[in-house]
Amino acid sequence: MIDLAANFAYILSAGLFIYGLKMLGSPATARKGNMLSSIGMLIAVVAALASDGTTFEFIIGGMIIGAAIGLLAARLVAMTSMPEMVALFNGSGGGASLLVGWATLYLSPDSSIGGFTAFTIALAILIGGLTSTGSLIAYGKLSEKLNSAAFVFSGQRFLNSLLLLAIIVCTYLFCMDPSPNSIYLYGLLGLALLLGVMAVIPIGGADMPVVISLLNSYSGIAACAAGFAINNNILIVAGSLVGASGIILTNIMCKAMNRSLANVLFSGFGAAKSGKAVEGEVNPVSVEDAYYILEAASNVCFVPGYGMAVAQAQHVVKELGQILEANGCEVSYAIHPVAGRMPGHMNVLLAEADVPYEQLVEMDDINPRIENVDVAIVIGANDVVNPSAREDEDSPIYGMPIINVDQARTVFVLKRSMASGFSGVDNPLFFGENTRMLFGDAKESISGVISEFGS
Amino acid sequence: METVFLTFILVLAVFLGFELISKVPATLHTPLMSGANAISGITLAGAFLAAGSTDNDMANWLGAAAVTFATINVVGGYLVTDRMLSMFKSKRSAAK
Repeated sequence: MIDLAANFAYILSAGLFIYGLKMLGSPATARKGNMLSSIGMLIAVVAALASDGTTFEFIIGGMIIGAAIGLLAARLVAMTSMPEMVALFNGSGGGASLLVGWATLYLSPDSSIGGFTAFTIALAILIGGLTSTGSLIAYGKLSEKLNSAAFVFSGQRFLNSLLLLAIIVCTYLFCMDPSPNSIYLYGLLGLALLLGVMAVIPIGGADMPVVISLLNSYSGIAACAAGFAINNNILIVAGSLVGASGIILTNIMCKAMNRSLANVLFSGFGAAKSGKAVEGEVNPVSVEDAYYILEAASNVCFVPGYGMAVAQAQHVVKELGQILEANGCEVSYAIHPVAGRMPGHMNVLLAEADVPYEQLVEMDDINPRIENVDVAIVIGANDVVNPSAREDEDSPIYGMPIINVDQARTVFVLKRSMASGFSGVDNPLFFGENTRMLFGDAKESISGVISEFGS
Repeated sequence: METVFLTFILVLAVFLGFELISKVPATLHTPLMSGANAISGITLAGAFLAAGSTDNDMANWLGAAAVTFATINVVGGYLVTDRMLSMFKSKRSAAK
């Protein structure tokens, strides 16, 4: 009876998850959608407690600790560090699924675990383990606690193939004789954790948007596998929604870099062929001259990149945007899908600085009208505005869709120095006739322009 | 039969997920990911089974750890998503 009630409650919460995701289709309704989704979660949790709980001390203890950590993390994290935070959340989701799969083995007497159930337990452990250590490495790279460059060594592929083979063998042998004491279970655990490390170390910092999206997807798939292991349909529904979401984001990120997923995962980007060396004259501009140009402009477009997050420049950028608007200028913010270290990273930073979301435009919207832009201001972005991607067939980033700022009437590039972007590719934009380089810290440069407006 | 049933649910949910998520605008991709983190904390519902069982210590401890991790996802995920979404303002409400 109580099981039946729990299952009806699960249907209700699945409906709320789905409706919540649907409301995420517009920034106007998104917050309410998130609220609905959380109500769905509450219903599912209460229903599960009512039907499964017999002793509560472990449950309550775990929930108190988890809630405290989650609460602190959500309150304290800076918006610039969202990629690291999401990476850790992916990892803890994967870890939870691994543990559920593992614990399930102890719940049924040895003989009663069927081959299929054993296989789904193995999957939950494998995907969950891979997600958790992979996410930790991704976290390390994003927070620069680890070297964010791609780590490649000779024999890596051979070693990884061996690892995969060993995992398949362990899974097979474990499924033949599923028991919590099986040596193959421990083998599988260790190998899954190792696989996560090996899978993420060869991926460089600039490819992190893809990796986070993919790990996001894995954390859902792991929940799905755990759902099969314990015959729980809400885990399957919610897990597959998350899995689908991660896969779509991964796909968008790959398209935005014009690379296949396989290329991102296995190539160790940067070691590829290098494009033409770029030569030419750089035109620096002073803060004062930048002010005169901006003062006369009637259409300005900001193009932010990861550098804006590093310089914490989003608030002064928005201030300048407001001043320009008050000056009768049309202001927009063009955001490339892979700008920053995770999907939508720049949008969140600008939203934090109170930029209304109507002004945040996507690459495909700005490119057709970029010729009407008087001044495009590039802040800490590099590869996503590199015209080589369009023109130089030898360039490693050739074919990647970019924001065509070089076709705007004037381009300001805010930059510390002439160093190249993550991909290590020279950027001919810096040498363009209509390009003016504003050297120095982005935040200081913009503050300088703002004070010119004030005087 | 149960397996077929569950697979059926899986396939439908995956298709539904693709439909829903492809309508989410790029602006909201970060909140989408953290919201997805929160939803994947649904593993919590599975973790209770192990953490609440009476007969096995090892299952209890593994379950308790799973409950902890999943709760981090649920609580942290929803709260941080809400915090982010509260910052997205339209032109009209930002002017106020």
